[in-house]
Amino acid sequence: MRTSTPFAVLALALAALGCQKKQGAEGGEAAASAALTPNAGSGTGKILIGHVASLTGDKATFGQSTDRGVRLAVTEANAAGGVKGRQLEVKTLDNQGKAEESAIAATRLVSQDRVTVLLGEVASTNSLAMAPIADRYQVPMVSPSSTNPKVTKDGARTRPYVFRVCFIDPFQGTVMAKFARETLKLDKVAVLRDVGSDYSMGLADYFIEKFKALGGTIVDDQSFKAGDPDFKAQLTAIKNRSPQAVYVPAYYGDVALIARQARELGMKQPLMGGDGWDSAKLFEIGGKAVDGCYFSNHYSHEDPEPRIQSFVKKYAQTYGEVPDGLAAQGYDAAKVAIAAMKAAKDLSGAAIKDALAATKDYPGVTGVITIDSDHNAVKPAVVLEVKNGAAHFVATVKP
Amino acid sequence: MTQFLQHLVNGLSLGTIYALIALGYTMVYGVLKLINFAHGDVYMVGAYSGFYLANALGVEKEPTLVKAGIVFVGSMAICGALGYVIERFAYRPLRHRARLTALITAIGVSFLLEYGFQLPSWPGLPIPFPPGPTPRFFPTPFARVEWNVLGVSLSNYDVISLLVAVAFMVALQLIVYRTRFGTAMRAVSFDPQVAGLMGIPVNRIISGTFVLGSMLAAVAALLVAGSRPRIDPLMGLMPGLKAFVAAVFGGIGNVPGAMVGGLALGLAEEYVAGYTVSSYRDAIAFAMLILVLLVKPEGLFGRSRAEKV
Repeated sequence: MRTSTPFAVLALALAALGCQKKQGAEGGEAAASAALTPNAGSGTGKILIGHVASLTGDKATFGQSTDRGVRLAVTEANAAGGVKGRQLEVKTLDNQGKAEESAIAATRLVSQDRVTVLLGEVASTNSLAMAPIADRYQVPMVSPSSTNPKVTKDGARTRPYVFRVCFIDPFQGTVMAKFARETLKLDKVAVLRDVGSDYSMGLADYFIEKFKALGGTIVDDQSFKAGDPDFKAQLTAIKNRSPQAVYVPAYYGDVALIARQARELGMKQPLMGGDGWDSAKLFEIGGKAVDGCYFSNHYSHEDPEPRIQSFVKKYAQTYGEVPDGLAAQGYDAAKVAIAAMKAAKDLSGAAIKDALAATKDYPGVTGVITIDSDHNAVKPAVVLEVKNGAAHFVATVKP
Repeated sequence: MTQFLQHLVNGLSLGTIYALIALGYTMVYGVLKLINFAHGDVYMVGAYSGFYLANALGVEKEPTLVKAGIVFVGSMAICGALGYVIERFAYRPLRHRARLTALITAIGVSFLLEYGFQLPSWPGLPIPFPPGPTPRFFPTPFARVEWNVLGVSLSNYDVISLLVAVAFMVALQLIVYRTRFGTAMRAVSFDPQVAGLMGIPVNRIISGTFVLGSMLAAVAALLVAGSRPRIDPLMGLMPGLKAFVAAVFGGIGNVPGAMVGGLALGLAEEYVAGYTVSSYRDAIAFAMLILVLLVKPEGLFGRSRAEKV
C-alpha cells in the first residue's frame, strides 16, 4: 500500500500534463482553420472544385450519375472560357455512401486540396456529416440532391455556407400525398420506412402529415433497416391491413427487394416513393415487381422543354446514356456554383456564398432555381410512373 | 389466421437459412472449440461464387436445372476450398496457442474477406474481381413458382430451402454418428491428443470439418440470393452473427440444436416484426434468446459438461 502512493501522484501529474498538452493542440487547430480561409483567393492556376460522391457502395449510381453531371457542366464552363479567366478542375473523392467517409473526404478536400467550392452529397445523412465542415472552414458547399430540411440548418439557424439546388422533403412528401389523394384517389395508404436514414424518416413524416390533412387514412406504419435481406414480416403485416398503396421513401436497393417480396406475398398495390428511387439498378434488381409504381423526382428526361432536351442530348453524346435525375441535379449544382463564382467579386468563400445566396431565377435543367432565405431551391417536382423497366413522366407539381 | 400462417412460412424460410449457417458454426466449435467468426463471410463468398458462375453460364437468359446444379456444386466446391485454406493457413499454425489467439485470428480473417471484397477490381481479369462494395444483382438460379394455399403465399424456394436444410441436417447427423469420419470427428472433439495417439489423422479430420461447414454456408448463400437477389460484401455480417446466436441458443456443438436454434430465431424475428413494432425486430428477438440462455445456459440441446481442471 505504501509504495502505491508515489505512483498515484505520478499518474495524476502525468494526467494533468496530458490535459494541458491537449488544450494547446486544440488551440493550434482553431488558429490553423482560421488561417485557411483565403483559399485560392488570388492566383492564376486552375480553380479546384471538390466533389464528395458515393462512387461505390449501396447508393453507387447516385454518386456516379451526379459526378457525370458535374463534369459535364465544368467541361462546358471551361470551353466557354472558365471563370475569371481561369480554368476549372473537378476533384472527386469517393465516400462509399457512408456518412463518416463523407466527413473525411470533405475535410480532405477543404483542408488539403483547398477547393474553392465543395459539391455533394446526394444522401441527406452524408450531407449532414459534411455541412459543419463547410461552415467551419468557410468553404461554400452546394448539395445537388439532399432533400432533408436539416441539411442547410444548424438548429434554427441557417448554415451560412451550405446551399442546395433541390426542393426539400416537406415539399416532396406533399407532392406524393397530393398525387395519391387527388390523382390516384386513394383513401388508405401504408408506410414502410428506413429507420436508419434521415431522408426516409423525414419524408415519411411529411407524407403522413399531408395525406391525413387531405382526408386520407394511414393504415400502417412499419419500418426496416437498410441492408436487411428480408422484409416479409413487415409486408405481411401491411398486407393484412389491405392498403390501396404503400409509401416506401427509401433508396433503390432496398426498394427493389421490397417490391419483389411484396409481389411474392401476392400484394398487387402500387408502391410509391421519392427521388431515392431514381436509379437504373431499381429496374435491374426489381424487374417486373416495380411496374406500376410511382415516385416523385426532380425532373423527367421526357419533358419537352428545350433546355432539358438540349441537356439530355449533350449528356447522351458524352456518356452514351440517358441522364437520370441525379445527373441533372449534379449538372445544375455545378452550374449554379460556377455562376456564383462568376458573379462574386473575388473567389473567397465569403464572396461566393453571398453570390450563391443571391441566386435568382437561374434557368436550370431541373427547373428555374431561386435560392430562398433557408438556402433551399424553390422549384417544381415531377411524378414518374414505372413501366417496363423505365420511369415515365406523369405529372408536374408546382410548389 | 392467414396472417399467422404467412408469418409462419416467412419465419421458417428465414430460419432455415440461419440453421444452415449455424450448422457450420456448431461443427467447427464441436471439433475445435473455436468460434469461427469468418463463417458469415464464407457465406458471402458463396453468394459471389454463385454470382460469377451463374453469369459465366448465362443463367439469367435461360435458367435450367442442370445449370442450377452446376452453380450449386461449383459454389460449394469453391467455399469448401476456401474453408480448407482458412483452416490450413490461419488457424492450424495457432492451434496450440491460447484459444483467444485463434478467436482474434478468426475476426481478422472475417475482416480480410469483408474488406478485401470491397477493393476495386483488378484490371485484366475476365471477371470483375474483387467485386467492390456496390451491390450486385444475383441471377435467379431456377424459376420461381408461387403457390397460394388458403391465402398464404408459398414459393418453391421456401419449400426447397426447408427440404435442403433438413436433408443436410439428417445427412450431417448420419455422418457424425454412422461413419468412420464421424467417429473420428467425435474422438477429436473429445480429446485431440489422445485421438492422435490412437492413429486418427487429426489434421485431416479438422480440415474435413471446415470443408463441410463451408459447403453448407455456400448452400445457404445460394438459397438466400436466389430469392433475395441483392448481394454485397457485407451481406454475411448480420446473418453470420444471428446464426452464431442460433447455434448458441440450440446448444453449440450440437447438430439438431443448431437447426432448432435457427428456426426458432427466424420465427421469433418474424413474429416480433409482424405483431409488434418492426424497428425492435432484432432487439426483441435477441432479448428473448438472452432470457432462454439465462434459464438454460448450455442452450436447448447442449449438455453441460464438467470442465476438467
